[in-house]
Amino acid sequence: MSASVDSSFRPLSLTALLIRFLGSMNLAITLLVAVAIASIIGTVLQQNQPYPDYVIKFGPFWFEVFKSLDLFDVYSSVWFLVILGFLVVSTTVCIFRNTPRVLKDIRDYKESAQLKALRRMSHGHEWQSGFSRDICVERISAVAKATGYRLVVKSEAKQLIVAAKKGSGSRLGYIFTHIAIVIICIGGLIDGNVPLKIAEMTDKIQVETRNIPASQVPLVSTLPIDNLSFRGTVTIPEGQKANLAFIDFKDGYLVQRLPFLIAVEDFRIDYYKTGQPKSFASDLIIYDKELDAPLYKTISVNHPLEHRGYTIYQSSFGDGGSELRIKLWPLKGANRSDEIRAVVNTPFALSLEKAEMTLEVLDFRPINVNPDITGVKKFKNIGPRFQYKLRSATGEATEFINYMMPVEKDGAKYYLTGLRHTPAEDFRYWYLPADSEDGVDRFMRFLALLNDETRLKKIALSALPKQADSFLPMAEDQELVAQFMVGLIKQFVEGGVGLISAQVKAAVAPDKQQEISSLYAKMLHHFLRNVYWVVLQEEELDPTLGLSEFDERFYEDAVAAVSISHQYDVPVYLDLVGFNHKEATGLQVTRSPGKMLVFPGCLLLVVGVFCMFYLPQRRFWVIVTESQDNTQLFLAAQAGRNPYEFEQEYSALEKALLLQLGTERTD
Amino acid sequence: MENTIDKDYKTKRRFYQCRNSADYIWGLANIVGVVYALSQYHMLMDGFEKAIIVCTGLALIGFGWVWQTIRVFVTAVALVSLFAVSRYGVMIDLGKTDFFLKYMLASQSAIMWMSALYVMATATYFFNLLTNKSFSGVVATSLTWTATGMGFIGLLVRWRESYLIDPEIGHIPVSNLYEVFILFSIITALIYLRYEQRYKTRAMGGFVLTVISAAVAFLLWYTVERQADIIQPLVPALNSYWMKIHVPANFIGYGSFSLAAMIGLVFLLKGKMEAVAPKAFLTQRLPELTLLDDVMYRAIALGFAFFTLATILGALWAAEAWGGYWSWDPKETWALIVWLNYAAWLHMRLTKGWRGNPMAWWSIVGFFVTLFAFLGVNMFLSGLHSYGGL
Repeated sequence: MSASVDSSFRPLSLTALLIRFLGSMNLAITLLVAVAIASIIGTVLQQNQPYPDYVIKFGPFWFEVFKSLDLFDVYSSVWFLVILGFLVVSTTVCIFRNTPRVLKDIRDYKESAQLKALRRMSHGHEWQSGFSRDICVERISAVAKATGYRLVVKSEAKQLIVAAKKGSGSRLGYIFTHIAIVIICIGGLIDGNVPLKIAEMTDKIQVETRNIPASQVPLVSTLPIDNLSFRGTVTIPEGQKANLAFIDFKDGYLVQRLPFLIAVEDFRIDYYKTGQPKSFASDLIIYDKELDAPLYKTISVNHPLEHRGYTIYQSSFGDGGSELRIKLWPLKGANRSDEIRAVVNTPFALSLEKAEMTLEVLDFRPINVNPDITGVKKFKNIGPRFQYKLRSATGEATEFINYMMPVEKDGAKYYLTGLRHTPAEDFRYWYLPADSEDGVDRFMRFLALLNDETRLKKIALSALPKQADSFLPMAEDQELVAQFMVGLIKQFVEGGVGLISAQVKAAVAPDKQQEISSLYAKMLHHFLRNVYWVVLQEEELDPTLGLSEFDERFYEDAVAAVSISHQYDVPVYLDLVGFNHKEATGLQVTRSPGKMLVFPGCLLLVVGVFCMFYLPQRRFWVIVTESQDNTQLFLAAQAGRNPYEFEQEYSALEKALLLQLGTERTD
Repeated sequence: MENTIDKDYKTKRRFYQCRNSADYIWGLANIVGVVYALSQYHMLMDGFEKAIIVCTGLALIGFGWVWQTIRVFVTAVALVSLFAVSRYGVMIDLGKTDFFLKYMLASQSAIMWMSALYVMATATYFFNLLTNKSFSGVVATSLTWTATGMGFIGLLVRWRESYLIDPEIGHIPVSNLYEVFILFSIITALIYLRYEQRYKTRAMGGFVLTVISAAVAFLLWYTVERQADIIQPLVPALNSYWMKIHVPANFIGYGSFSLAAMIGLVFLLKGKMEAVAPKAFLTQRLPELTLLDDVMYRAIALGFAFFTLATILGALWAAEAWGGYWSWDPKETWALIVWLNYAAWLHMRLTKGWRGNPMAWWSIVGFFVTLFAFLGVNMFLSGLHSYGGL
């Protein structure tokens, strides 16, 4: 920025000292580095996440430290804005200090350069020409003009000095780029949330953190219509209207009122033939008192709507309150299923046999294009899914994601239900085998039977062997054995194979454990099979004729699913059986008057940068002295930049001059 | 008087005054090409796209006037690409059966040729440096030109192929990491070839081509391991004319910065060799320090200018797609960091007069910053720019 520091020794006033400091190159470089480091922090540490996520990630101590340093929102933190402000000031000072000198340099041909100074230059040549002084000057001018130089001729007592220069663009480029930076930064600061920050610090506004309808948000969290610059979002279901937007701020939000009403007629997703989304579009109607008629406009990604300095973008989409028909399958207890109708984003009270719970359906998506695991196609639509939370009376919630259709895996079909306890976790999926009708009914009946002790006991009693050659001991007391079998099943359902072997370990001497375990396993499977037979018989199948390949596979999958069912620690499975889809479009509404500065600033920056690098300043001087029989010529030149390239340019120039003003006299 | 000067000293004040007939033929050929493209496909383009194709034509004319060699190159690439397109006709499946397409010109084949030729060129440049056989130098340069040509042909044919698969899928092949790696390789190579001609030295070739070979290695891994070469439809956010100018401008920047870093490496090597073994043959063969310094500066200046342009184009695009010209998205932020880094580099050189080893080291460090902005952000950070995931 500042090229040199004046080296006068007189004491400087405080202002002069301050200006010198502000305009110094060292400060500028330090600030550039500071901005770079702050930016790195801002990218490494994910910004503007919910505060609880940070607490989980860093622990309460570091969370407080980071929060006090504003590291969760670096780019609108006070210290970052101060650095940016300083950069603007430093650059401005630089421009003010250097512009006069640069402008002078652009105008100045330096025709008064002293011979001594010229002799010190990196390039020079001295020769004698047979031409007269005037012809020399004329030819020098011609060569200079032909190569793009402009020149002045200064005559002194005994000599003429031809001073030529070209490429003032690089000097102008310097001014352009630095002014551009200042303009862009000022524009950026206008559009940044500095005013909000100030308003918040002076308690003019207060962040709203509660999840309440916009109409109930207090005035102190509402921004007026005349707010110049903001960036807000609003989700509007199809067929509904809104005249406000929400601005994310700190750990909550603010409400921005708009001077017009946005109505959403329709939201659409178009798909490519391969299944990936091709475009997101919303049909909007703008109702504005300043308009004679409502404005109809379809917006899509990359094609926003501009209206009165506000820009409305297609930014996301979601569910606008779809109605879902859900079958409830109790996982413990009775074999009955109720059907309910739940609406997305509206809490629904579930009264189950053993507990009261609240169902909160978070999202519903009718089409889910996922990478195809079978590899036949790259992507595959695996059908509708919905995401929900089950909240217990104590307020604890578990989150689920269920698919409506079975998904194929290794040749069999499964219903997927994913579960997680915190948003930070990934979903863990439970695979429920689909029956021959592509439903969960058979599995649910199997599970219900395994939970029904009375019926289990009956099955156990009827299944006990009557022959002596069985591996089961002929029990005197069949009742006791049946009891034991039911207990074994109970352990299996409640804790899988793990629980059974833990029990064996606890109760049996080490040398017998192996034997007992394998005996238990045999008994368990024998009994599970009997239970499965009963399930098949209920479907009016005859298992004594042998199991089909499908039924065999189903059995294995069902047992595997039961063995981990205890990890699915809620009493109900939600089976989506129908839906009435209603979408909502996510719009971003912005107002950024700063771009009236930023965009011209950008143009100036590009022009400046290219001028600076590609119109290098070049100067040369020729001193022409006439003596009695010939003319003395002294050529000098120096390059400020790109010395290597100048080398070639200079030798071409010298060659041309020598050619034109060689020693022979032709006239 | 003026006439003699005209004859003896060709460089004229006005750029267009000193054009010869070849220049005019070149200009005309480009105009014809643009007009033909517009007449054939104008119904598929919006106003911006028409402006882009016209500006591309003008830029090509200017480029060919400044750098004559590029005319031969552009003509060859255009003819071969047209030949490939004509072999395809309207049948994408011909790529698997037609001899020319299958073994040479289908985009995937051309890119394989490009990869192989770049690796061979790298080796040949080093062979040339060590043996100083001038013939091997000519071979190395030819290999690089050919590889670059195959890269351009590969991309152009791929562009056509995307439309053959399905007109609604068709798009310029600069939309994912696979495609931009090809773009990176050929742009870096072109910039290098320009400097090779201008500074009349081949000693830097092996070093610069090493970076390209590394890119090629990644490309091959990406093809084999991830099947990244399969043409995918555009996500809605990328479906914009801005992509056509934002991405190439960015890669002129990335390419120049990578080249500058490798020149920085040669600079350090030369400096070390001069100190340790001034008489050694390698010391003699490596270019002068002043030349290396000049190339490094020019590359960074070129990269900086285009990177500035690219970032601004990106901001304009963001203003249209994401609702704000600046969102502090990780990719944007890292672009700013790269920009600040080279801005500081240029300030130090131009106003503080820094030269030599510190600047060479700095340009190498700059390469890693650039690399992170290019790849690291996609790998380690999440954000709006998640098009090129690994």
